[in-house]
Amino acid sequence: MTTPRPETLAKLTPVLTKRWLSPDAWRIGTYEQLDGYAALRKALKAHPDDLIQLIKDSGLRGRGGAGFPTGLKWGFIPQGDGKPHYLVVNADEGEPGTCKDLPLMTHDPHALVEGVIIASYAIRAARAYIYIRGEAVHAARRLRNAVQEAYDKGYLGRNILRSGYDLELVVHSGAGAYICGEETALLDSLEGFRGQPRLRPPFPATHGLYASPTVVNNVGTIASVPPIVLGGADWWKSMGTEKSSGPMIYSLSGRVVNPGQYECSMGVTLRELLELAGGMQPGHNLRFWTPGGSSTPLLAAEHLDVPLDFEGVAAAGSILGTTATQIFSDQDCPVYATYRWLEFYHHESCGKCTPCREGNYWMVRVYRRILAGQGTHEDLDTLLDTCDNILGRSFCGLGDGATSSVTSSLQYFKQDYLDYIEGRTAPKLSEKTLVGAH
Amino acid sequence: MTTTFTDETRERARDIIARYPADRSRSALLPLLHLVQAEEGYVSPAGVAFCAEVLGLNKAQVGAVATFYTMYKRKPTGDFLVSVCTNTMCNVLGGQEVYDTLAEHLGVGHDETTADGTITLEHAECLAACDYGPVMTVNYDFFDGVDASTAVGVVDELRAGGRPMPTRGARLCTLKEMAVQLAGFADERDGAVADGGPGEPTLRGLRLAQQHGVSVPGFDPNTPIRSKAEADKAAAEAKAKAEAAKPAPVEASAAPVKGSDGASAPTGAAAVAEPAKPAGATEPAKPADATGSTTRDVKAPDDKSPQVRTAETRQPDAGTAAPDASGTKVPTDATGTAPEAGDARAAEAAGVAANPPAGDGKPAGDEAGAQERNLTEAKAGTDADGAGPADANETGAQK
Repeated sequence: MTTPRPETLAKLTPVLTKRWLSPDAWRIGTYEQLDGYAALRKALKAHPDDLIQLIKDSGLRGRGGAGFPTGLKWGFIPQGDGKPHYLVVNADEGEPGTCKDLPLMTHDPHALVEGVIIASYAIRAARAYIYIRGEAVHAARRLRNAVQEAYDKGYLGRNILRSGYDLELVVHSGAGAYICGEETALLDSLEGFRGQPRLRPPFPATHGLYASPTVVNNVGTIASVPPIVLGGADWWKSMGTEKSSGPMIYSLSGRVVNPGQYECSMGVTLRELLELAGGMQPGHNLRFWTPGGSSTPLLAAEHLDVPLDFEGVAAAGSILGTTATQIFSDQDCPVYATYRWLEFYHHESCGKCTPCREGNYWMVRVYRRILAGQGTHEDLDTLLDTCDNILGRSFCGLGDGATSSVTSSLQYFKQDYLDYIEGRTAPKLSEKTLVGAH
Repeated sequence: MTTTFTDETRERARDIIARYPADRSRSALLPLLHLVQAEEGYVSPAGVAFCAEVLGLNKAQVGAVATFYTMYKRKPTGDFLVSVCTNTMCNVLGGQEVYDTLAEHLGVGHDETTADGTITLEHAECLAACDYGPVMTVNYDFFDGVDASTAVGVVDELRAGGRPMPTRGARLCTLKEMAVQLAGFADERDGAVADGGPGEPTLRGLRLAQQHGVSVPGFDPNTPIRSKAEADKAAAEAKAKAEAAKPAPVEASAAPVKGSDGASAPTGAAAVAEPAKPAGATEPAKPADATGSTTRDVKAPDDKSPQVRTAETRQPDAGTAAPDASGTKVPTDATGTAPEAGDARAAEAAGVAANPPAGDGKPAGDEAGAQERNLTEAKAGTDADGAGPADANETGAQK
């Protein structure tokens, strides 16, 4: 493996990941020796409004996919309204390709707990919840342990560090529904209902959990708070680009030599990430990739130099999402990849709105037909037409996301579809799987 | 109806309910459903009845929730739930082959259990470990980078009474024992929390940085947090500086032309998508590459791809007209007068009062006294402003 060039190595910014190499960082004693809970002590001496301003100044944007300015979100919480406020951490990581929050919670759970306490103090919440994906059992094990340790040490509970501030934190396991990563569906699920999205407005900022003002933030967002409190907004902005500040954990998977987590300055390119990851596997050439999970439109080899920040990826026609770069080669079929993603959206559609529920159901069937060598040219029009009726017309972003890979694969790889339809590619699915599909 | 659940389970149910605010006990439903699985291995009719009983819900309300989530099983399961990821990434890396081989080897299909009651097989959607793909989990702990033969080895060992060690995560327990943890209780096994160090893919970027001595410069943990007074002062100075540097005021035109964006005044939804930029902060928008919208009959009002535009519309920020978001600007209508913010708020408040637990689409009146309270509050709304009481009565009072 060739060593990456120094200028590429300089893109690495270990901030959120920096403690992962310490095998015991999940224990409170080790965490405290590694800057742990220093940010909390500092934050509790500051006025909550100053903390909100600090986060605004840092330019921190949500790490869950949408990139909403975090300070602004906190600032939306009405103060002095007499209602209880809530902080809810979205740890329902499940976007295909995304695998950054689980390692963070497994290897550095106190970073999240400390961030939760600071953020709750800033928005004046007395209760916080971490809604963790049900399947993430080891991360939950470590997180529950961390929360208990924090209670025992007086970082949680009544009169935290004698500041007069009280906070209760509950780790709440989900039960296997991707839709609960959508913030309003998550709130419904946390209230004990089916996880289905709510109409917005009203937004969670005023009518969130239990119809009270609520901030919903991703794990990476909240874990970014302690380093910002310690190092300051200017230091944070020394990483990343003007409008996308800070470091970001890029998750590389697929046909690369060394898949894994690479925390880099925002705006790094795929070419640089590939260099860090040792390049493509021998015999594989980059063909298509997702910049941020399966809900973001596919990009192709021509996008190697697109800066992977919120603006750069949007200008290339896709979305930064969760920076889950799934990398596929010339030995992978974009039609089949899209079909498998659609199976996922079909399975995970909550059923609340018709475009998403029915659209994904039928698109899966069209794909099966194409992949079985029985597709027609009209099928491609049908797919685009269906996407047109889902995108922007479904109740939440799940439906939108489902269309991403369909429209983008048809944009870049239409020939692959035609090859199935016109019989140049051997059918990938057998007739057997088509029973009942027509 | 009495159920068969043990006193220990009842005690745990009380602990779970105590985690949530007193009048919000329904939040305990998901952990309670995990809890009944811990005793029975699946959510049985008795389990549904148990949850309904301890939360004061009816069985239909509990059943509706239990059937929504994948992890609540509706028929008895084996001791070990083997889940093979067959989502796209794992799939193309070999996950489909692993699943097909296991299905044939065990003689069961998706969500089916072997005759000896040891193993329940399922194909799973993305398990959030793509850098380790293809992966499978046993009772949700990870076996990384599996192929067909290692997967068969794992299930054979399980059926022979062994407990193969997961690649990451703690040593295996049974599915029922795992359900106790999912209900929110600590793993009581000595040292289980310490099991499982990080795998290489997790550490790769960090190792590179360490090997080459890369760190983020300028980190000073004693950087002060600025108080509001200091921040205001700095902002005023910066503003004065900017004023001095500005050549001549160009704005002040009330025409709805969007500066240098070049976009003709777009329709409602698109206008929402484009946050209003503060004057002075605008920059010449560079024409985005033509991304070639593949939808044919909708003309893009700007250069953005439809996905990007839709995503922005779903995430309104300060520049977006969201009447409930404090600090947002309410758009003026054609006559130039802004609608009274109070009107919308009062109407909304009445609506919220009529549906306390979850404003939209959820049956109100789940808790005792809710119906009466709704009526009282809706009536109070009438006295206050007369907006929306009729609606509130219709939705709030269940016949």
